[in-house]
Amino acid sequence: MEETKPKTKGKIQESKKDVAILFAGDSGDGIQLTGSQFSTTSALFGNDISTFPNFPAEIRAPQGTIAGVSGFQLNFGSIEIYTPGDLCDVLVVMNAAALKANLDKLKTSGTIIANTSGFDKRNLKLAGYLDARSPLEDNSLGKYRVIEIDVTKMTREALKETSLGIKEKDRSKNMFVLGFLYWMYNRNLGPTQKFLEEKFAKTPEFIESNLAVLKAGYNFGDTSETFTTRFEVKPAPMPKGVYRNIMGNQALAMGLIAASQKADVPLFYGSYPITPASDILHELSRHKNFDVRSFQAADEIAAITSSIGASFAGNIGVTASSGPGIALKGEALGLACILELPLVVVNVQRGGPSTGLPTKTEQADLLQAIYGRNGEAPIPVIAAASPKDCFQMAFEAVRIAVEHMTPVFLLSDGYIANGAEPWRFPSSKDIGKITAPFLKKAGEEPFLPYERDEKGVRKWAIPGIKGLEHRIGGLEKQDKTGNVSYDPENHQKMVDIRAEKIANIANFIPEQEIDQGKVGAKLLILTWGSVYGAAKTAVKDMLLKDLDVAHIHLKYLFPFPKNLEGLLRKFDKVLVPELNKGQLVKLIRSEFLIDAIPFSKVKGLPFSSTEVQEEALKHLES
Amino acid sequence: MSVTTEKPTRSPKDFSSDQDVRWCPGCGDYSILKQVQSIMPEIGVEKEDIVFISGIGCSSRFPYYMNTYGMHSIHGRAPAIASGLKSANPDLSVWVITGDGDALSIGGNHLIHMLRRNFDFNILLFNNEIYGLTKGQYSPTSPSGTITKSTPMGSVDHPFNPLALASGADGTFISRAMDRDPKHLREILKDANDHKGSSLIEIYQNCNVFNDGAFAVYTDKGSKEDSTVFVEHGKPMVFGKDGDKGIVLDGATPHIVDLTDGNYDKHDLWVHDKYDRFKAGVLIRCFDAPSTPSVGLPRPFGVFYQENRPTYEDLLHDQIKNSVERKGKGDLDALLRGTNTWEIA
Repeated sequence: MEETKPKTKGKIQESKKDVAILFAGDSGDGIQLTGSQFSTTSALFGNDISTFPNFPAEIRAPQGTIAGVSGFQLNFGSIEIYTPGDLCDVLVVMNAAALKANLDKLKTSGTIIANTSGFDKRNLKLAGYLDARSPLEDNSLGKYRVIEIDVTKMTREALKETSLGIKEKDRSKNMFVLGFLYWMYNRNLGPTQKFLEEKFAKTPEFIESNLAVLKAGYNFGDTSETFTTRFEVKPAPMPKGVYRNIMGNQALAMGLIAASQKADVPLFYGSYPITPASDILHELSRHKNFDVRSFQAADEIAAITSSIGASFAGNIGVTASSGPGIALKGEALGLACILELPLVVVNVQRGGPSTGLPTKTEQADLLQAIYGRNGEAPIPVIAAASPKDCFQMAFEAVRIAVEHMTPVFLLSDGYIANGAEPWRFPSSKDIGKITAPFLKKAGEEPFLPYERDEKGVRKWAIPGIKGLEHRIGGLEKQDKTGNVSYDPENHQKMVDIRAEKIANIANFIPEQEIDQGKVGAKLLILTWGSVYGAAKTAVKDMLLKDLDVAHIHLKYLFPFPKNLEGLLRKFDKVLVPELNKGQLVKLIRSEFLIDAIPFSKVKGLPFSSTEVQEEALKHLES
Repeated sequence: MSVTTEKPTRSPKDFSSDQDVRWCPGCGDYSILKQVQSIMPEIGVEKEDIVFISGIGCSSRFPYYMNTYGMHSIHGRAPAIASGLKSANPDLSVWVITGDGDALSIGGNHLIHMLRRNFDFNILLFNNEIYGLTKGQYSPTSPSGTITKSTPMGSVDHPFNPLALASGADGTFISRAMDRDPKHLREILKDANDHKGSSLIEIYQNCNVFNDGAFAVYTDKGSKEDSTVFVEHGKPMVFGKDGDKGIVLDGATPHIVDLTDGNYDKHDLWVHDKYDRFKAGVLIRCFDAPSTPSVGLPRPFGVFYQENRPTYEDLLHDQIKNSVERKGKGDLDALLRGTNTWEIA
């Protein structure tokens, strides 16, 4: 590879522990790609990172409008990073609408990098600036440092020798910005060059043009007299090992594959496209050589029922969706529950109700997961805490489903599904085994499909085995034989048996641990799902200030870890921040009669660590 | 699949489970169950390799009575459940049992997508033109004007022609039979089983409690011969008492002709070709109201259309095989590692 970091005269002037950059522009500006490239490069450099893409529901909303603004926030540092950052240090805006939509996310005295050609009369009008007055010219940005670059002009200039049309040239302008930021933060161009070479392998002229613009952006920073400040963000002191960058949905798909391999049972994935879960389907469809049977069903109901059919045949049936799709699966979940077949149902939650906010995050489906079925239909519910944790929890979901012959809910959300972070991935030999309770041949006695072992788990007897022919169904079944039964005593018994079987899973999950702080602290912050990062950062900061606070993060929500109640009782106050109107807090109150305090937010956005800290301080003072 | 090489020694009784059959006395379902159990020893598949999947409704109790693997699932979803089952294990002989409400109302979407994908199942659609299990509401196949508890002034819906729907979904085996012609039903069941792909049999089934006699005109001795035509591949379409009538095709329009007046003989008649998609369409559309058999065309029975098209499960497993050949068997460590890693020492 040629020298990818051009020789540079600008000196590093300032060292920073962590930096948050927010890239924003039209949804067609290549913002997500720019952001993810900077993330990958920084991760490869050794920074800890956390990212948060924030895009509109429309694929291409009207250009230049606030509705069409797409954003990508990246936090990278020489310290451990758990969130994409509350406010950003640098705001990159490709047009006026991007500035208007995001200025409130920039720190005072932060830096704005503005593409001046995105601030012409038309763009200013579309963004709704009064009388099309440019904020770049009216001194309204006085408290920020503004770097104005005519990115469009410079990009065209860099490509003037090529035969590309104006439209094609303009499509590379995100590379100019990326090159400039690489200069500003002293990054290597190598990873992006490699990416471009792979992405445009079939159209080499695009490799050349994008690379030329990327370098032009870098050189612009280097040669222009105006910008003399460069920053250094050193690698983070992370545990030794080999790392990669991972997104939540990708990690989830890998967790499913790993579980299938470790159980030695093929994976069947039935799914209907829905934001933000579709990427799991895309990822799994690429890995058919792991004997993955991916099936794009005709609807959400067919997605889950085909998965149930596959489980009956001896595959691990998995389906994923988001809120509205999960609502459609309710009836089939009850079927899987009464059949007692393994099944994993992933809910990548988004803003609701109904279609709600398809591209925004929320945690408002917890009670739906635990209670949302007709009849007494207990189903274990677990939740991932971060993008990389999706791997572990997907594996856990399959383990519980298979080893306990039950459907399992795995909750993720839009924030962790699309977010990314470095992952010290495990070696396959260090991943545990999953033991499927297959019955491989008939015994002397007649086969009883609902006879159970000491865990309350029945055998998995799959079609094709002589002597084990049996019928299962959605009607209440007689204990042991599985024959249809309307007997009142039997129904009571079967409802109790199924409830006990699920409750007993508490004996096969890890005991709850404290994430940070000490037992007996005045205030406990209790979180689940994607609130993990914000709470972790907030509590870390508060502990440095010697505040009497601790953090517990729940991954097993139904049944709860068996030591949870005792643990919670050791704290004076329990504060539960969640992206809903207070759902975990209801469970804690009703299960344990502990007077936990709700802290609710439903804006389609994650908590910032500042929000968590400010709320915590209120309860520490009172 | 363990296909027997010797002559099967099983009897229909071996395929009957120990559960009491609980349909109403006189229900057409009894005959269908009996015919299915009687052909089972003849299809050359061991009972452990057979799976019956049903939805909800009277007919959907069927799997409980078969001594094979089976699942009585939820309303309308049997085709989708069977799709996953067959994808997971293509070697199984899969039978979907459904009714007019189950398949055409609540499960309509699953039915059409199963047909276009062409999974290798046999779908037995018990059509009794009524909701039986919920005690007698009109169904999507009930003729307009049907008076039921939910339609005291007569239904205003236009009914489905189930086979036209199957044809529209590009089903690869489209046929019709009836509960009261057991011999013909057995033949069609065997043909369906021999077809590789989704084989749909619409079976007219009498609900003697809520819709008694809905198909009497096709089944009763006095009217059957004039109101039905049993089509066979390669044979002219003859019907009526002593074969006194036939059907000719004038362009795409069928007409009834008299074979006794000397103007037409068998050589003039429409010869059934089950591989002809267009003529099958005409046959499927012979759907005149049963009350007017004398003026309309007879109702056809038999295999109307058959086509060889690859099945979904074969194509799926070909892709898996090709993927393994091309990329090698999945290597978990390589997957976890990805293409971009860095080391912190």
